Amino acid sequence: MSNRVVPVSTYVAVFIALLILTGTTCWISFLNLGRLNALVAVTIAVVKATMVALFFMHLRYSIRLAPFVAAASLFWLSIMLVLTLSDYLTRSWVGSPF
Amino acid sequence: METTFADHSPLLAHHFQDLEQQHNAATLGMWIFLATEVMFFGGLFTSYMVYRSLHPLAFAAVSRELDIVLGTLNTIVLICSSLTMALAVYAAQTGRRQMLILCLSLTLILGLAFLGIKSDEYFHKFKDHHVPGPSFYFPGPFTEQAKMFFSLYFAMTGLHALHMIVGVGLLTVLIIMAWRGKFSPLSYHHVELSGLYWHFVDIVWIFLYPLLYLIGRHLE
Repeated sequence: MSNRVVPVSTYVAVFIALLILTGTTCWISFLNLGRLNALVAVTIAVVKATMVALFFMHLRYSIRLAPFVAAASLFWLSIMLVLTLSDYLTRSWVGSPF
Repeated sequence: METTFADHSPLLAHHFQDLEQQHNAATLGMWIFLATEVMFFGGLFTSYMVYRSLHPLAFAAVSRELDIVLGTLNTIVLICSSLTMALAVYAAQTGRRQMLILCLSLTLILGLAFLGIKSDEYFHKFKDHHVPGPSFYFPGPFTEQAKMFFSLYFAMTGLHALHMIVGVGLLTVLIIMAWRGKFSPLSYHHVELSGLYWHFVDIVWIFLYPLLYLIGRHLE
């Protein structure tokens, strides 16, 4: 059943990991890594979001359909981002007047 | 589990076979709602990515105008509130009423603290004339791009803050319900679903924080 009780120790461990990652992303943002800065910041954000979803939102213990819906929403989001950016980032290639 | 119309539990709605099916249906419904929320915020994240890819240097320079101390503090406040919300769900599942009321109240206080810090930031943006409009003032080469950055800043954090205000309302209702003893280990899905919403709003901030506050720090 989906109402499995997650132990408090799991919540506290995730909480501490989230605080450490927040400190890490703040610290790294002051180092000059060139283009890597944005990549590192977004990667850490994705890791943090995944931890919140898996443990705080019980995605790991939930009914099978819940991770499926979550994955579908990310799939739609990726369609929006990829198709939009594939337009804007390639305009200069063909000398578009816009 | 077979239940008939006459002898089903008062916690069970007529159209469900048992409590487990009812609980699963509620959870699935909430996740579908959150999927629509991903698309709602996704539009703003898409416009952010488009304009940032067009003006990377301007966005980095203007981003440094935001207060990183308040931004980081708010991130920590929200993570703490997510922990207390998760503990509230635990308390509801295990039938601990005192702990439930305490955790919900702490979550409410942390949510209000977030909104307080956010309004302080907004206040300073108004004072510095960084709000897009007739009195907008941003000297230097990036005035127009700064207007775009701050428009996105206010749209994204504003929509996020609106969700926080809704969450504060939900928490107030939950605290009253918990006070009246409406929750039990068999019936706590109000707490669990509000928790899903609260954590989702936290996830949105997890992405807003680096995109708005951190992108320009390494060029200082």
